[in-house]
Amino acid sequence: MSNEENKKGISRRKFLKGTGAGVIGSSILISNLAKADEKNEQLEKDVDSKSIHSISLTVNGKKVNAKVKANTTLVQFIRDELKLTGTKAACNEGQCGSCTVIVNNQAVYSCHMLAVDANNKEIITIEGLMNGEEINPLQEAFKEKDGLQCGFCSPGQIMAAHALLLRNKKPTKAEIKEAMAGNLCRCGAYPHIIESVFEAAKN
Amino acid sequence: MSTKFIKSKFWVEDIKEEMMAEVPISVVEPWQKDKELKYVGKPESRKDAYDKVSGTAEYTFDKSFSQIAVAKTLRSPYPNAVIKKIDVSEAIKNKNVLGILTPDNCKDNDWYSGTSKLLDKKVRYNGDEIACIVAETEQDAEEALRLIKIEYEILPHVTDLEKAKLDTAAKINDHELKPREYNRGNLEEGLKEADIIVEDKFSTSVAVHNPLEPHCSVVKWDGEKLLVFDSTQGIWAVRDTVASQLGIPASNVRVIKKYMGGGFGGKLECGKYTVMAALLSKKIGRPVKIVLDRKEMNQAVGNRPSSVQELKIGAKKDGSITAISHNAYGTAGAFPGSAGCSWPARSLYKCPNMKLVDTTYYINAGKDRPFRAPGHVQGTFAFESIIDEAAEKLGMDPIEFRVKNFTAVDPDWNGPYTSKLLREAYIAGADKIRWKENRKKAGFGGGIVKTGYGMASQIWWGGGAPPSYAILKLNWDGSAELVSGTQDIGTGTYTILAQIVAEVLEIPTRKINVVLGDTGVCPFGAMSGGSMTAPSVGPAARDAAEKMLSKLKSAAAAILELSEDKLEYSEGVFSSKDDRSKTADFSKLFGHFREGVLVTQGAREANPEGYAINTFGAQFAKVDVNTLTGKVCVKHVVAAHDIGRVLNRKTLNNQFHGGIMMGLGFALLEERVIDNYTGKLLTTNLLDYKLPTIIETPEIDVIIVSEEDNKVNNIGAKGIGEPAMIPTAGAIANAVYNAIGVRIKDLPITPDKVLNALASKNN
Repeated sequence: MSNEENKKGISRRKFLKGTGAGVIGSSILISNLAKADEKNEQLEKDVDSKSIHSISLTVNGKKVNAKVKANTTLVQFIRDELKLTGTKAACNEGQCGSCTVIVNNQAVYSCHMLAVDANNKEIITIEGLMNGEEINPLQEAFKEKDGLQCGFCSPGQIMAAHALLLRNKKPTKAEIKEAMAGNLCRCGAYPHIIESVFEAAKN
Repeated sequence: MSTKFIKSKFWVEDIKEEMMAEVPISVVEPWQKDKELKYVGKPESRKDAYDKVSGTAEYTFDKSFSQIAVAKTLRSPYPNAVIKKIDVSEAIKNKNVLGILTPDNCKDNDWYSGTSKLLDKKVRYNGDEIACIVAETEQDAEEALRLIKIEYEILPHVTDLEKAKLDTAAKINDHELKPREYNRGNLEEGLKEADIIVEDKFSTSVAVHNPLEPHCSVVKWDGEKLLVFDSTQGIWAVRDTVASQLGIPASNVRVIKKYMGGGFGGKLECGKYTVMAALLSKKIGRPVKIVLDRKEMNQAVGNRPSSVQELKIGAKKDGSITAISHNAYGTAGAFPGSAGCSWPARSLYKCPNMKLVDTTYYINAGKDRPFRAPGHVQGTFAFESIIDEAAEKLGMDPIEFRVKNFTAVDPDWNGPYTSKLLREAYIAGADKIRWKENRKKAGFGGGIVKTGYGMASQIWWGGGAPPSYAILKLNWDGSAELVSGTQDIGTGTYTILAQIVAEVLEIPTRKINVVLGDTGVCPFGAMSGGSMTAPSVGPAARDAAEKMLSKLKSAAAAILELSEDKLEYSEGVFSSKDDRSKTADFSKLFGHFREGVLVTQGAREANPEGYAINTFGAQFAKVDVNTLTGKVCVKHVVAAHDIGRVLNRKTLNNQFHGGIMMGLGFALLEERVIDNYTGKLLTTNLLDYKLPTIIETPEIDVIIVSEEDNKVNNIGAKGIGEPAMIPTAGAIANAVYNAIGVRIKDLPITPDKVLNALASKNN
């Protein structure tokens, strides 16, 4: 929200509801919005974004009990509370994939998930692929095939690959590209990333 | 001491410098052509791969300290304004807000070549810094920023380059930007001599670095000493700027960067955020972390200037170029910078007559910063496009036309190159992509999807230069540590330096630890830019290793009581040539020393006098253009390059892939968009500013046509970071023309432009 909007004391919700500006045409549409707004305002009254909630989840095989604010994202919880900084938040808007973790066997952008929504779920982060100080075969493949340059996107790439291999043990290169399309690499290590995943699938 | 100062001439991008540099007195001989290298050139895995794939690599983004506070920046919502009043009373009410910097109470620190301040009451672009708040948490800081009340006097703005060109009355910056002009021979005469003339106009958009790791710093005071962790390509630039801005001795500032998540030129200089964090940290007596968000990454930390390039080429019927005219302009934002892009026209081919003019205009936008081969990427696209147009008008094959105008000497001053394998690159690349067999006449063939082939040449510097130093420590157990104040930004510096030391001392790379990026413990090393790291620091590392070997030999001679010429060395063992049983390994040598660590320091030698040092290459692209959707799909890129010796084939291939992907992004996807009416940045995130994804990845072949270049430095290698990206967009644009028979002259080549071009062609 910009400085000026706040100064005038108008929230986007009230603005839309009141003037209907930006909603062209049907008054039915406006009244539906108004109804939805009322319902959402109801919810807003019930849940304060800074309220504290207890969560219980499994992270890398370990049970974790914690108290988090309602508006804490999963990536913030992982990095700031659990101190697992392998997972990154390069855009924090669900557009780059550097925050990819596994939640109940699925690759998820952890910046786009609330920590409270991870309650009773199983999370795996890049650290969870390790066995003590040893890296696993997927990580080894990235090392061998040089599937990285600066490495900032690597944890996200590897978790996305891990999720792919959980559901498709022998992906084609086209399937690898499709599965990894949500993970940006600005250094452009893509050809080697494809090779790394392909190599990992062989073993 | 075994070094001396000399006057060293070298090019730093397009600026010829003559500076004093410290170089070794006795210079190490390059490895001879027939020497079998055991470590250098091998495709070794990255030394830092384990840290990066395990997630244990700590970036500045990850760094923290106990008691750390978080700083956030308030940025101007307006493109041009003067701040009349700042009221922070509401913002600082929250007890979690610890400190604030505004133009009012911040030191009067100069910024932008003295044309502005660290925090200035005159804001010149949407994103310009106004204030900085430090708080217990990021959320506290962001909420506090929103409570700062500011009274602006809003001024008229200019963000449209064409408007800026016409209207210099919108005084954005007092510092005058003078056009740069270069003349050779006589352009008019040259044009008169020509049998054919082609003339065209090209344009490219502003591109933004957008490395994945945001710009960020973590700072911590310890009394008067300041510790700075920064995501940087230049630890020394950061140290020196911070020290001078804070008015403290440089020796009080220590900058550390072990790993960083990409820079591409945007992180070569010290950021305002680092200085602000240091000032705030001193105020509150706690460590401070400041991290830019993706919007700030797109607004305020640099970009590749846009370009509008009016080009004209005159040539004779036999294909020889008689004249080149380049008149280009672009924008470098609201502060002094440069949008020049004429170097490819100036240096690629033989041409006796040329006039090249580069003009830079201010607009109310973030200032430019070097971005992977500044000037060259946009310049090569346009110039190589018009070269193709000239070839076509002459009825010559594009490669044949380029070869016809090949110059064996530097066309500026007629000096010889240390090596130039451009023609070999043409041949190898054309062969690999099957140019002759595959390439048809432009626009040939029916069908919805049309295939085309195109190519472009590459020239850049990349020879490196002194000064750069490396310290080598050898331990009693035959393990070693190479220490240098340069940076590995994902380029593989840790690895190649270990390989070089391994080669000389014949010890395995796993026994060599490389320490970089710490102004507190490392000697000066090259910045990680300009494709100069490997050719500057590599030779310094070798020098240190050769000195170590020499030192050990003298010790072995003394211990074995033989003269040095009677000794042989192999894999950690000295032995007598006459009596094989007389040996001394590290353990025996160190057993005689009163120390467990030997130390040597190496320095980068001087560049050879009287030579031009350049990298060359050619990239070939195969594209499919869908004439219904306008989408361009790059199917195959062949990159053939002359870069001297290959240091590590695995990391080299990766670097070339990366450059090609970035070039592809520049050609087809990336565009910074500012709404000219409001002056606000629209591409504030990675959805709107489109980076290449794995889906866009073509088949890529990387061919290195060069072997060692023994004139360049003692490891025979040139840099590759920028050569990798320079010709890609030109090759793709030329391929698109070949596919559909109509030329797209404005980058990025988005589907709407293709469809409009096809429509106008059919009318």
